[in-house]
Amino acid sequence: MIKRKSIAFKLIVYILVSCSALFLGIFWYNYLFSKKIITENISESANNLTRATVNEIDSILYRIQKVPELVAAALERDSFDKDELLNILYAAIECNPEIYGGLISFEPYAFDSESLYFAPYYYKKDGKMELTYLGGESYQYFYLDWYQIPKELKKPAWSEPYYDEGGGNILMATYSVPFYREVDGQRRFMGVVTADVSLMWLQEMIASIKIAKSGYGFLISRNGTFVTHPYNKLIMNETIFSAAEESNNKQLREIGRSMVKGESNFVSFVSMVNEKDSWLSYAPLASSGWSLGVIFPRGELLSDINRLNRVVLLLGFFGSVVLFVILLFIAVSITRPIKILADTTRGIGKGNLDFDLSGIKSRDEVGMLSESFMYMRDSLKKYIRELTETTAVKERMQSELRIAHDIQMGIVPKIFPPFPDRPEFDIYAILEPAKEVGGDFYDFFFMDDEKFCFVVGDVSGKGVPASLLMAITKTLIKTMSKGAAGPNEILSRVNKEIAHDNESSMFITIACGILNIKTGELLYSSGGHPMPLVIRSGGDCDFLKSDTDIVVGIKEDAVYRNNKTHLNPGDIICLYTDGVTEAMNKEEELFNEARLKEAVNAARSGAIKEIVLEIRRKIKEFSEGMPQADDITLLIIKYSGVNEGRKT
Amino acid sequence: MKYRIFLCISVLFFVTISISPAETVLKEASFMPQWLPQSQFAGYYVAYEKGIYKKHGLDITIIQGGPDTRPVQMLEEGGVDFVTLWLSTAIRENDRGKKIVSIAQMIQKSALMLIAKKSSGIYKPEDINNKKVSLWGDIFQIQPREFFKKFNLDVTVIPQSYSVNLFLRDGVDVASAMWYNEYHTILNCGYDPGELTTFFYYDYGLNFPEDGLYVMEDYFEENPELCRSFAEASLEGWEYAFEHPEEALDIIIKYMEAAHIPANRVHQKWMLERMKDLMTDGSSAKPSGKLSESDYTYVSNCLKQSGLVNCVPGFSDFYKGPVK
Repeated sequence: MIKRKSIAFKLIVYILVSCSALFLGIFWYNYLFSKKIITENISESANNLTRATVNEIDSILYRIQKVPELVAAALERDSFDKDELLNILYAAIECNPEIYGGLISFEPYAFDSESLYFAPYYYKKDGKMELTYLGGESYQYFYLDWYQIPKELKKPAWSEPYYDEGGGNILMATYSVPFYREVDGQRRFMGVVTADVSLMWLQEMIASIKIAKSGYGFLISRNGTFVTHPYNKLIMNETIFSAAEESNNKQLREIGRSMVKGESNFVSFVSMVNEKDSWLSYAPLASSGWSLGVIFPRGELLSDINRLNRVVLLLGFFGSVVLFVILLFIAVSITRPIKILADTTRGIGKGNLDFDLSGIKSRDEVGMLSESFMYMRDSLKKYIRELTETTAVKERMQSELRIAHDIQMGIVPKIFPPFPDRPEFDIYAILEPAKEVGGDFYDFFFMDDEKFCFVVGDVSGKGVPASLLMAITKTLIKTMSKGAAGPNEILSRVNKEIAHDNESSMFITIACGILNIKTGELLYSSGGHPMPLVIRSGGDCDFLKSDTDIVVGIKEDAVYRNNKTHLNPGDIICLYTDGVTEAMNKEEELFNEARLKEAVNAARSGAIKEIVLEIRRKIKEFSEGMPQADDITLLIIKYSGVNEGRKT
Repeated sequence: MKYRIFLCISVLFFVTISISPAETVLKEASFMPQWLPQSQFAGYYVAYEKGIYKKHGLDITIIQGGPDTRPVQMLEEGGVDFVTLWLSTAIRENDRGKKIVSIAQMIQKSALMLIAKKSSGIYKPEDINNKKVSLWGDIFQIQPREFFKKFNLDVTVIPQSYSVNLFLRDGVDVASAMWYNEYHTILNCGYDPGELTTFFYYDYGLNFPEDGLYVMEDYFEENPELCRSFAEASLEGWEYAFEHPEEALDIIIKYMEAAHIPANRVHQKWMLERMKDLMTDGSSAKPSGKLSESDYTYVSNCLKQSGLVNCVPGFSDFYKGPVK
């Protein structure tokens, strides 16, 4: 299909498509690569931020941990009475602003063998220290998490966060440290020292994490319970796992499992706030085993690069439009002249050379082509003009030649039989010039009542000069024959006239005979002309045996002799020019005298016109369509005699 | 401390009675479930909210239970007319001289179970030998002790509080749990079911039917029709709750939020679904509410053998609920 489209169309489509493909390829690579780099940078800074936040929280929690740990260490080293114990506890709680309250709890009867419970608890209320003693039928602290977990694990432990409803509904966590004493050589568990810590600062710290517009931080406890989250509904109500169950989100559950195991990672994540694609960076708190997660909203962080990409795409689109316009311009500027040239060429084919290409102004290859066209136009015009002139000249010459031919033909006698009132002989002749006009001629006329003169000549060369000389010669012969005693005298006179002042050095062969139609005596003279063929009525057929003298027109004082023979009634004499015997076939063989003799002999019994035409036919047959090289002239006379002629 | 502040918050709900001369006056009564609002008691709250009690001619006031309430004491002192109790608790209270009778047995199968982590190497009952097991006190210990006896297990018993944190923190190897509650809590602390080994007492022939409806014998003698209506309306409430779980959850969560206790919808949904498993045989959404005599006899014998009770009332003296 595209093969049929115009060059402009192809040019635009191919360039535009390949440029667009190139642009899109580069754009796509650039997009992926820049996205990868930015993602890597975000990942790194996300992990740094998460780790820094975790470290900050840990440093505060570690500081808080030190307080009950120091109290527990003191309890392990020394025994204290109740007042000393209370003083230690009071001091520990009071001078640590982060600590909301704390207690020292003992195993049953471990502090006082009289009492099952002993757990003094100092806490801050409206800025003042308050003391209470925990333990009782409705509060058997031995079985509570804050007591049991460090006891069974034999190491300090952070509790799960909880709301202290009595203390103003603030989020709290308790750090419990077990303490031991040597009893009977054995290290025995004695109780637990705790510190209750408000987690409000933790909530505030994490709430202050803002990434772009919608990024946020959240903290989950060891059990996966949300400690902080922008969705208040989740806090302390849901674990990350129940949230996963509610939204049927398996990925969230897996992330939760990884988080509570204390792992760190940077993963793709769907924000629980706006359900947009995000990243989640998470890391555990080394102190409490809780896990901090920070959401990095992907779309917002990539918004700059996305905007850049949109702008680049838009620029690419406008660039394509501009490219299209430029291509259209180029294509049209190339193809418009070509189209003009094509139309012009079609016009030239129809003969219109009057075209104007000056509208094509470009100096490029197309301009060169149009200049060549102009040059061609001028050359063609010139050539045609010259051709027209030449043709006119040639036509005039041809017409002149045709006229010359007619004139030449008009000079030789052409009416047969020429002397119907002379039964003594019969004569027939043809002259066929090789060109429009030739140098051959024949003639016959009565010199007096008895002497019949006949002549065949051949001017050297052909064409107009030969025909002119032929006309002169023929006229001279007829003129010079007056009062001539024999043919030799005629030839001598003609020769003298022609040879005198013959600057063109042309010559003529002439056979001239004078037949006495009463006696049958034949005088015959040859100026370089082939000997005539004589067919005797008795059956002999041969060339006349006689002397041949020099061609006419070369030598002014040339001498010509007479040959004498006698014709009997029924004899035939055949004169010809060398155009007959030298007619050539394709094998470059000559027709020659032998074939002529044979042809005449074969046709001898017919009327002389038939004999002539038969010979001519044989020559044509022999030459097999080869162009006639020389003028052909045949002249045949049949002598009937006086009596014979009278009888017939 | 956390549990110190769980004060007994009794919320009284007054029912406005549309006074119309044509209607009979509703009979007033009060009811207290043995624990804080949760799906374990969804049927009663639904019956109340959907007007099913009123439909049965009852004007019921629901008193919120909790860890610091003593249902039997309140029953005896007349603070409440109806309570939910475990069957084993009710039998023991009878032995202690509290004349309480059952008017419906709601939970047919024991939901009590033991849970261990496979990471502790526990896959079958025998693996519990020489492990630390945390148990709730009192009647919650009867089934586990029977279980240990059955498999001849020597275990270290650690008292278990309301949370499963000790178990989650690997303080104990095996913990007690209710199928409808703690088991799901553990799942929602990130443990997959495949990581846990569970032992349902019911599966080991130690079936103690749990929640049932109880009244003082005197009260029942005086108001047999009211008691039967209450039992029937409660069963209808359960039926409605099982058939409209989302609506039931909306109701129960409303009560939980009013009581300022963490309300986790998926957890309550799990609990409601398990309640249906435990109360019905699957053929109908409506619980039968019947106590089978064999279950009663089995539980009584176990209690006697464990020395927790000496004297057990006859089945017909104890059970006044629906029969075939």
